[in-house]
Amino acid sequence: MRFTWFNLMPWPYLPDDFREKNRSVWVDIDSNLFDPVKSHQVYNNYLDLLEYAAKLGFDGIGVNEHHQNAYGLMPSPNLIAASLARRTDDVALVVLGASIALYNPPLRVAEEFAMLDCISGGRLVAGFPVGTSMDTNYCYGTIPGLTREKYQEAHVLIKRAWAEREPFAFNGRYTKLRYVNAWPRPIQQPHPPIHIPGGGSIETFDFCIDNTYSYSYLSFGGYIRGQALMQGYWDRVAERNAPDTSPYRAGFAQTICVGETDAEAERLYAKHVSYFYNRCLHVYPGFADAPGYRTIKTIQKGILSQYAPHTMFQEFPWKELVDNGSVIAGSPETVTHRMEDLIKKLRVGNIFCLMQIGDMPRDKCMHSTRLFAEKVMPKLRKMFPDYAPEYVNDGRFWCKPLAVRASPGALPVESDPVGADR
Amino acid sequence: MELKTIQTQRVPVRYYEGGAGRPLVFLHGAGGLDMDLGFLDSLARKFHVYAPLVPGYGDSEECSELRDMLDFTLHTWDVVEQLGLKDPILAGLSMGGMIASEMAAIAPNDVSRLALIAPAGLWMDEHPIPDIFAMLPYELPGYLFYDAEAGAKIMSAGADMSDPKFLQAFLVQNARQLGAAGKILFPIPERGLASRLYRIKAKTVLIWGEGDKLIPPVYAQAFQRGIAGAEVVMIPQAGHVAPFEKPADVIGAIARLQ
Repeated sequence: MRFTWFNLMPWPYLPDDFREKNRSVWVDIDSNLFDPVKSHQVYNNYLDLLEYAAKLGFDGIGVNEHHQNAYGLMPSPNLIAASLARRTDDVALVVLGASIALYNPPLRVAEEFAMLDCISGGRLVAGFPVGTSMDTNYCYGTIPGLTREKYQEAHVLIKRAWAEREPFAFNGRYTKLRYVNAWPRPIQQPHPPIHIPGGGSIETFDFCIDNTYSYSYLSFGGYIRGQALMQGYWDRVAERNAPDTSPYRAGFAQTICVGETDAEAERLYAKHVSYFYNRCLHVYPGFADAPGYRTIKTIQKGILSQYAPHTMFQEFPWKELVDNGSVIAGSPETVTHRMEDLIKKLRVGNIFCLMQIGDMPRDKCMHSTRLFAEKVMPKLRKMFPDYAPEYVNDGRFWCKPLAVRASPGALPVESDPVGADR
Repeated sequence: MELKTIQTQRVPVRYYEGGAGRPLVFLHGAGGLDMDLGFLDSLARKFHVYAPLVPGYGDSEECSELRDMLDFTLHTWDVVEQLGLKDPILAGLSMGGMIASEMAAIAPNDVSRLALIAPAGLWMDEHPIPDIFAMLPYELPGYLFYDAEAGAKIMSAGADMSDPKFLQAFLVQNARQLGAAGKILFPIPERGLASRLYRIKAKTVLIWGEGDKLIPPVYAQAFQRGIAGAEVVMIPQAGHVAPFEKPADVIGAIARLQ
């Protein structure tokens, strides 16, 4: 099993009447709700928590990209990952990821990911999301009906840039470059492991299967609701005759809160969970799915966006969120039991643990994170033991760090500048 | 009107044809032709009307090769060519007006009569055009119709968003139609037409609903400034969908090109 402690970096100061006074947390959110001075503490606090999770033994720490979004303060996940690369030692840096269709040229992503891999000593897990419609179409202006074609072209460019050892000309429809010559290139060969966050597009299932990428469902709807989609993925793995059904072909994001007891979990975390589900997910339905963003095939399969209108205007109470699996919460025993259920039902080897939830203060987040690391994670480590031994902790879908890595900040006292040339 | 199919270089194109008289090609807006069939029937009493569907609209085949403004412009010229027409009156509503303008600008010697009904294609920062791609179905009538309440009734007739089958069919149609329209209208319905308008030689009439809340009538003046000799006809008590709301007035304005 691979556990990644994932921080969306939500803005914790949305007012109580946010839903009543604002139509969306995303795209056209009121700029006055952001306070740059307060964000100084928020960012540093969130970075501290990611580093704390690394110390507790999570396999990875995870960041992702959102734009104009009050529940995701990372327009540039690579900046955050760069900072983490220097302050952590052996944890995987899971960037889920950089929206490759949004960069001009997309070569920028190849370069930045290579830098992260080099600085961190081969600890990068690279995510290539198509991006949500909110980010990709409404915030960044990509034409919905061309988004996938642009994405595919960017993917080809990045893969070639990492693989080829001579400068080459790239005559794409969206990007034309005379001299592609990636400097630097990543440590991990042929390339860092690639995870693709998706929301149920058939095309994305196939893309992962055909390229040996891990498919990640980053849902907030929890594992019970996510089961149909993941089953769709595994059905597709079978249909396309993938060589194996390694559980590491799939990942799932799950909101998790651990207390000493079930009652403590509710007492400590309910209000922050409510903040996230009732304020942070308040997305204007008009931004959920630009026409043309999803393919006809996907719409016909009936897998609609988690931001679809029917989920928008309900108030979600704690009990309902816990019962329906949106949130896995309770004592270490309760959480272990439900996590086992999740891992078996979804057949996922990669778990993205969403543990910094809404406006949760640092101490509570640390408490929950520590209990998970100490009392839950060890019990889940041995899931899938009956799976083919060569795929236990399947290396195709996880980073392979250098055995010997630099120690950041280990400069000696300057002593003999002249002698350095000898 | 009769619904027919014609083969073009890239894709089979569905089109309505009817009437007799001088040939007139009508290019529909982002909403498609459904609401304008009555208007076309009336128009066919004066002209020989051809109304092709943009690939992906109605039951027509999509065409992934149409990506940008030049593709749309040349494709529509291909349609005119395949229909065997020489110098038809080009008429277009909204997105269709944008395509017609581009056609007239790119081939000024092939278009002598141009009727633009609330065309898209220009952008003024001080008069932003609302984002139709972020609108929910219930918000549209307020922008499209002069009488929003009556418009809402027309648009919601037979629509039941709580029926999953209907919702899916609606989403598929939206993805096909607005997905295609988005290639030239998203995120800003402007692709450089302003710098090409001067090329248009056609006798041009600009027809605008006085109460247009989607592309406000101030854009009529902008088009008029760009096209030498263009005449503006404002239609009282009409919104963006003037051909639907005031068909006789719109046809009367088009007839001024005779």
